[in-house]
Amino acid sequence: MQLTQRSKSVDRSPMTFLESLYLWNIMKGMAITLRHLFKKKATIQYPEEKRPFSPIFRGLHVLNRDAEGRENCTACGLCAVACPAEAITMEAAERLPGEENLYREEKYAAKYEINMLRCIFCGLCEEACPKDAIYLSQTFAPANYGRKGFIYGKNELLIPHPINEREAYLKALGDRTPSARIQNQPNA
Amino acid sequence: MADEIKKAPAAVKVTIDNITVEVPAGTTILNAARQIGGDVTPPAMCYYSKLEGSGGKCRTCLVEVAAGSAADPRPMPKLVASCRTTVMDGMVVKNITSDRVQDARAGVVEFLLLNHPLDCPVCDQAGECHLQDLGYEHGKEGTRYEFNRRTFEKEDIGPTIQLHMNRCILCYRCTYVADQLTDNRVHGVLDRGDHAQISTYISKAIDNNFSGNMIDVCPVGALTDKTFRFKNRVWFTKPVDAHRDCPDCCGKVTLWQRGDEVLRVTARKDEWGEVKSYDGKPGWICNTCRFEKKKASDWTIEGPTVINRHSVISQGHYLNKQQPKETIQEVMGGLKPRLLMDIHEVSEVNKLELSELPGAATSQQYKTNSNESSNKTV
Repeated sequence: MQLTQRSKSVDRSPMTFLESLYLWNIMKGMAITLRHLFKKKATIQYPEEKRPFSPIFRGLHVLNRDAEGRENCTACGLCAVACPAEAITMEAAERLPGEENLYREEKYAAKYEINMLRCIFCGLCEEACPKDAIYLSQTFAPANYGRKGFIYGKNELLIPHPINEREAYLKALGDRTPSARIQNQPNA
Repeated sequence: MADEIKKAPAAVKVTIDNITVEVPAGTTILNAARQIGGDVTPPAMCYYSKLEGSGGKCRTCLVEVAAGSAADPRPMPKLVASCRTTVMDGMVVKNITSDRVQDARAGVVEFLLLNHPLDCPVCDQAGECHLQDLGYEHGKEGTRYEFNRRTFEKEDIGPTIQLHMNRCILCYRCTYVADQLTDNRVHGVLDRGDHAQISTYISKAIDNNFSGNMIDVCPVGALTDKTFRFKNRVWFTKPVDAHRDCPDCCGKVTLWQRGDEVLRVTARKDEWGEVKSYDGKPGWICNTCRFEKKKASDWTIEGPTVINRHSVISQGHYLNKQQPKETIQEVMGGLKPRLLMDIHEVSEVNKLELSELPGAATSQQYKTNSNESSNKTV
């Protein structure tokens, strides 16, 4: 059955002496190689040089804080239930009196873990989050020799404090999240 | 007059959304619709078939009566509360087929949500909350309310039940439970109108043995289980039916487990979210079963609870799951595969025995817990 008009029948006649030397074919191949020497390189010298990320790149997760430095996450579990790879687990705790400067709501995530080996960076956790608490930044998980290093807890995920560590905070915040847009406003 | 009553038939025919059903005279429209089941059943936030006198408060079960009865087929001018209106022979009721009803219900939901804090991410009822279901089904996306929501001061009503007055929709179900199940009611609705609130007045602890059933009847997260507070989200727990020999109650419960840990015990619910009946008696459970039996060994486990597959609770519960047979040990002559990582060694979650805590975990528990684990590693 012929599906397209482009099919070619294979020529199975024995090669002549000239053809069996492959001279012409070798020259054709070398010409292609030579042409590519002068073309723009497809590779870059990572890590000295880095490719720009797409504006919608989804990288490593960040647990966000509000402007006063309180954690946004209330351990509602919507990110974990949205996660198709089942990479997120958490444990909630109740905020004690006196901890109001640490956590924004009555309930907070005492433990929050993302298994980066399972994560497929689909961004559904970010979409599911009702508190703007988790978002995917524009960096990726650094390489590691062991698998154990890919279980990210709150230590790794939590954004730096916006008042005490302002520069690190703004760097981690990037420029895409709603809170980043508020921060970057001229009068903020 | 007496003749007319005599003539009334024992069974009447009523048509709800073009489905005709025969019910005993004196049945309410809501119960007739429940006999049909499915989408034609109006939602009910305050009516509870196991509680005498409940209903007629929330207005979510409003239906349109297109024809009053066979004898008098005039339509009723206003929408009627189906939980309080009894059927007549030849009555024609419209529920989902009536735009008026849908519109009115959306309005009722908007009113119920006026002062609702919408703290579902924090609320333990999320996932099995009737108000949440109702809001998703009928509610509008935004609110038009521009004022501060009504708030109440936090009140402690006892060691086992958590009251969040802000979430209450004043359905009165819990007061009926206290009236009809317990000897003497110590809580009720105080004040009037916008200030009305459920309270024990002098913060008197509710310590009756059947008071815990208030948690089960509460359609929202106003009354929740303190022994389950913030321990897990409902949809990450695994509901199983279980029973035990209880001298006080029927002992038939649903255990909400995580692994083998029993995080919560509730009565078994039927398809309307009400407590299931056994031999015509509602299966209320006592506080001992509910709050104190938090070990799997206390219970005889019958099997997984059937959960509607559209419910978020059924997520991750795979039906007819077939595990592939692990052949590595056979092929390798009994050698176990060398796993590169056991997640339970690395993960810090699940280190705390949550079921043993009397209430919500706090930073105190996590602090001592991390100290212990660090001591172990040293």
